[in-house]
Amino acid sequence: MTIQATDSTPAKGRLAQAGHHRGTKVRRQRVRAAWTFLAPMLVALVLVAGWPLLRTFYFSFTDASLSDTAGAALIGFENYLVYDDGTWYGLLADPVWWRSVWNTVFFSVVSVSLEVVFGIIVALLLNAEFKGRMLVRAAVLIPWAIPTIVSAKMWAWMLNDQFGIINHMLMAIGIIDSPIAWTASASYSMWAVIMVDVWKTIPFVALLVLAALQMLPKDCYEAAEVDGIHPVRVFFRVTLPLITPALMVAVIFRLLDALRVFDVIYVLTSNATSTMTMSIYARQQLVEFQDVGYGSAASTMLFLIIALAVVIYLYLGRRQLGVDQ
Amino acid sequence: MNQYQLIKLAKRVGLYALIAVVMVYAIFPFYYAVITSLKPSSELFRVDFWLSSLDFGNYVQIFTQKSFVRAIFNSIIVSLSVVFIALLLGITASYALGRVRFRGRTTVMLTILGVSMFPQVAVLSGLFEVIRTLNLYNNPGGLILSYTIFTLPFTVWVLTTFMRQLPMELEEAAIMDGATPWVIITKVFLPLMWPAMATTGLLAFIAAWNEFLFALTFTLTDDQRTVPVAIALISGGSQHELPWGAIMAASVTVTVPLVILVMIFQRRIVSGLTAGAVKG
Repeated sequence: MTIQATDSTPAKGRLAQAGHHRGTKVRRQRVRAAWTFLAPMLVALVLVAGWPLLRTFYFSFTDASLSDTAGAALIGFENYLVYDDGTWYGLLADPVWWRSVWNTVFFSVVSVSLEVVFGIIVALLLNAEFKGRMLVRAAVLIPWAIPTIVSAKMWAWMLNDQFGIINHMLMAIGIIDSPIAWTASASYSMWAVIMVDVWKTIPFVALLVLAALQMLPKDCYEAAEVDGIHPVRVFFRVTLPLITPALMVAVIFRLLDALRVFDVIYVLTSNATSTMTMSIYARQQLVEFQDVGYGSAASTMLFLIIALAVVIYLYLGRRQLGVDQ
Repeated sequence: MNQYQLIKLAKRVGLYALIAVVMVYAIFPFYYAVITSLKPSSELFRVDFWLSSLDFGNYVQIFTQKSFVRAIFNSIIVSLSVVFIALLLGITASYALGRVRFRGRTTVMLTILGVSMFPQVAVLSGLFEVIRTLNLYNNPGGLILSYTIFTLPFTVWVLTTFMRQLPMELEEAAIMDGATPWVIITKVFLPLMWPAMATTGLLAFIAAWNEFLFALTFTLTDDQRTVPVAIALISGGSQHELPWGAIMAASVTVTVPLVILVMIFQRRIVSGLTAGAVKG
């Protein structure tokens, strides 16, 4: 009101000029305040993320040990790869490392795929109309809220080879004849780990998909129903393309999580080679073998692999956006 | 018509059957942990689907163990401090990122997103050195510091998306009155941001409460452990005689508060998770 009133006065030009001057001053003040407000957060991030990451890179080129990180000497690429007396040594020549890379990739791809499929099914179910929907939604959230360590322990007990309820049930219905050592046997332990991870993270994927489903326009489903199109066809032709963006977000979040997996495997199978992932390998070198240099080399490789995954994802995402336009 | 009704009924039954399967799948492991924790140790190795008798021996055992009570206390201290720090730094940073246009804003946002994608192991050795230099090794302070790496980026990100949704007019009036940015945050935005802060605070609390890798690496003695590490390290006489009853009792104890929180705040949690992911 007051602004309109001043606009109609003869001194309009001068006032506007003053306002403009005042505007830039306020703006400058606001930008300065913005950086002041950002500063504590940026300092905190540098302290806990930026600087430690640089130190890890540095350590990977040294012979640092856990008890003496300050006295570390630069040794070049020896932690990564070194040719000595006719044999290759170092991280890149260690078959256990490559096994853990393969394990990590296998774990990530299989568990994320299963989570996406089951997550979509659960989301479609929660999107249907039925009595007690809120209760079911709350129940589905439970696995997500349970600490990973606890869920791993709970499943370890259920998967126990002698007294576990899963072996008991499978034997009762006659699928297996003798108990399976789920977490100890090399051929089953990876699947046991995947099973536990899938159980824990379906809720996350389901919730993201559900949020996307609830934003879909209702009218095209009504049209499809009037035309008598089969619901499965409607799902693949209408629903799936429309929820793909939300699905991609869920996939990248889950994939990044899965590539750095540690807790669930550490608790279920400890340092067993058949389920060792890159994080387990790096931590074992760092803490248990006290070899900070070598462990940092493994950490650095893990960081690079995840960074590569992000770059590929962004590249593919952008290309897909380009196609859409 | 009759056949149509029959198909409809069959579909309805199928839907409820599927819901029942999902419910059992989601709840059963927790239910089984509760049952196991309430069994006397003599019945532990008999598989039961129902509870036949009630025995609180396992709970008595873990709560008379000093280190476990201490671990709960440590977890509460660490999680609450982490939430407080993340919200304090997050609310001011999200005001800057959500309400002020300035050069370098996109870079800061991308940096935050990048940090939230860090594998924790990648900073382990560097962070170990920082924590030892600051004399925080084997101390809850070290955990509070290190947990900032995953709670802070997430908090800032979610609060920024909430902050952006608030109408422009709110601030304009305050700016016209000559309010400083600090006054604008505390007097204008803080009252409106409570719901968003409750959501992100809750998610940060859960993340800190559940964290394992840093807690395992940066603590050494039993009296400095947090709950997840304490549970993971419960052991019996030998490798093959784990005290499953006690482990399940401890697991149920630390999970029940979280399950109750999730039940009460499920709407908020869902909105927080989707704001962090979908809109991000």
